[in-house]
Amino acid sequence: MAHFDKNAKPFSEQWLDDRLGVRTLKRVLAEEYWIPKDINFLWAMGMILAVTFGLLLISGIFLLMYYKPDTALAFDSVNYTIMQEVGYGWLFRHIHGVAASVVFLIIYIHMFTGIYYGSYKQGREMIWISGMLLFVTFSAEAFSGYMLPWGQMSYWAGMVITNLFSAGSLELNGVVEWIRGDYVPGDAYLTRFFMLHVLLLPLAIIGVIVLHFGSLRIPHVNNQEGALIDFDEEAKKYLAGNTKEAKVIRFQFDFLAKDFMVLAFFLILFFYLTFYHFEFAMDPVNFDPADGLKTPAHIYPEWYFLWSYEILRPFPKDPGLIAFAFSQVIFVLLPFLDRSPNAVPAHKRGLFFVWFWLLLIDMISLTFMGKLPPEGIFSAIGLWSAVAFIVLWVALPFITKNEKKI
Amino acid sequence: MSDNMNRRDAMGIAFGACAAVGGVFALAGMKKAWDPLPSVKAAGTTTVDISTAEANVLYTEKWRGKPVFIIKKTPEMVAASSATTKKRDVIIGSDHFVVCIGLCTHLGCIPSYEPKNSATQQAFLCACHGATYDQAGINTKAPAPLPMLIPEFKIADGKLIIGEAGPEYEKMKADGVLGDTPLKA
Repeated sequence: MAHFDKNAKPFSEQWLDDRLGVRTLKRVLAEEYWIPKDINFLWAMGMILAVTFGLLLISGIFLLMYYKPDTALAFDSVNYTIMQEVGYGWLFRHIHGVAASVVFLIIYIHMFTGIYYGSYKQGREMIWISGMLLFVTFSAEAFSGYMLPWGQMSYWAGMVITNLFSAGSLELNGVVEWIRGDYVPGDAYLTRFFMLHVLLLPLAIIGVIVLHFGSLRIPHVNNQEGALIDFDEEAKKYLAGNTKEAKVIRFQFDFLAKDFMVLAFFLILFFYLTFYHFEFAMDPVNFDPADGLKTPAHIYPEWYFLWSYEILRPFPKDPGLIAFAFSQVIFVLLPFLDRSPNAVPAHKRGLFFVWFWLLLIDMISLTFMGKLPPEGIFSAIGLWSAVAFIVLWVALPFITKNEKKI
Repeated sequence: MSDNMNRRDAMGIAFGACAAVGGVFALAGMKKAWDPLPSVKAAGTTTVDISTAEANVLYTEKWRGKPVFIIKKTPEMVAASSATTKKRDVIIGSDHFVVCIGLCTHLGCIPSYEPKNSATQQAFLCACHGATYDQAGINTKAPAPLPMLIPEFKIADGKLIIGEAGPEYEKMKADGVLGDTPLKA
């Protein structure tokens, strides 16, 4: 038995520390977890994401109590029971729908912040990789959740996305039927996607969030200039009372205070959308019950998948699938495709700065073209944007290899 | 000490081997749990009486949850058909029919039919990704890679039975016009 204070009152701090090491935990995870001072509001996106995930979890728990994962009951359990009968059911649904959409906006901002400031390099590779794992699991979570209201968009999105697993000319129809448990999306399909949405994927997400936070603890957060900070040295200055000269602040409550400032602005926007503009997250076509014999005139994914959808669309089937697969995995490889020795912001990196903005503009262009019908000029812009996306990523190692060491 | 280590290793190897074998069986069981149920697989055949069908009107029948398109061709449509297209016709008496699974061969959406475009290359349009097909269900614009698939069918007493292969189906298969492979020009 280790040392412990026999006189400590039960559940006092001393008593808990002797048994759980709460002081050590608090010190390592909060009070002496150091954050650079040289940051801006973009460094608050992680906290916003954590809170949005919390909103999704809580609203989801309340939806779960009335939702029915059965093709005959699902549509009405959402659109009648939850929306009209359950007290504040409409609110939980709108929070869940709006948060599911907004969470991707913040994820993209979070990702592009990381790309701009080089926060995936020189010891921070695992932060990037675990973050991209979160992107994949969140995408699967969004897709499986989109099935649940069992409207026309649910059904047809399910049809199209599961068909991707036939891998084009390989014609792996057995795999598709296995995933669906049927020849077409049906009851077995809906119930298994319900399981994925409410249990397996959230468990995976929570696990990867823990990994993502853990991957941050040792290399620490990057800063606006990409400066190498000796965290031990700066921490000493801070703890000695020289907080002005130290380049770091504590996570709790110095950094948290900044986080909460940005979070407050975000939540105002979030609840404005929830109460006054929830319709942007509710596709009108999905208010028609699923019908396996009638494809809606326009099928398109939610806005956050449009860019990768547009990479699939303009090519013939097999090349389209290959381009799509490329777009899904290429971001994970970023730390290894960027051959430059510099981990500094893009504006100090010459050609990489141009590459960054071209990629961002290209993905916005893909997003818009993905929403428009594939006709005339839009078809052409879509095709060239898709080609540009691939060219940009293939060019990245060459662009960054010739970068001069700063 | 080394004795102890060896016994621990043996314990670890024995346990690991049993767990690995058990794990493989468990995975096989989990795979099977996701297979289509027997009741789903047993979805039988669909019989359609198409003797009263009107020409150039799209009829949609449901077979194993999928739509099957049936169109009776007008004499003009038959006359305008190429030799390859004619091989895809289901002929009952003197009537020529287009019969195919009404799912786009790209990613499985249902194309829409425009009777007024029956003579053009865009009789069917898939709204999802912009593919088009002619009136015989043959793909005319990317991203569709193949013609719409002709399901197994049999003709009995002037009725069309979908889900069983008859001699007419076998002939189409021999001609390679079912749509499971690209058509030869």
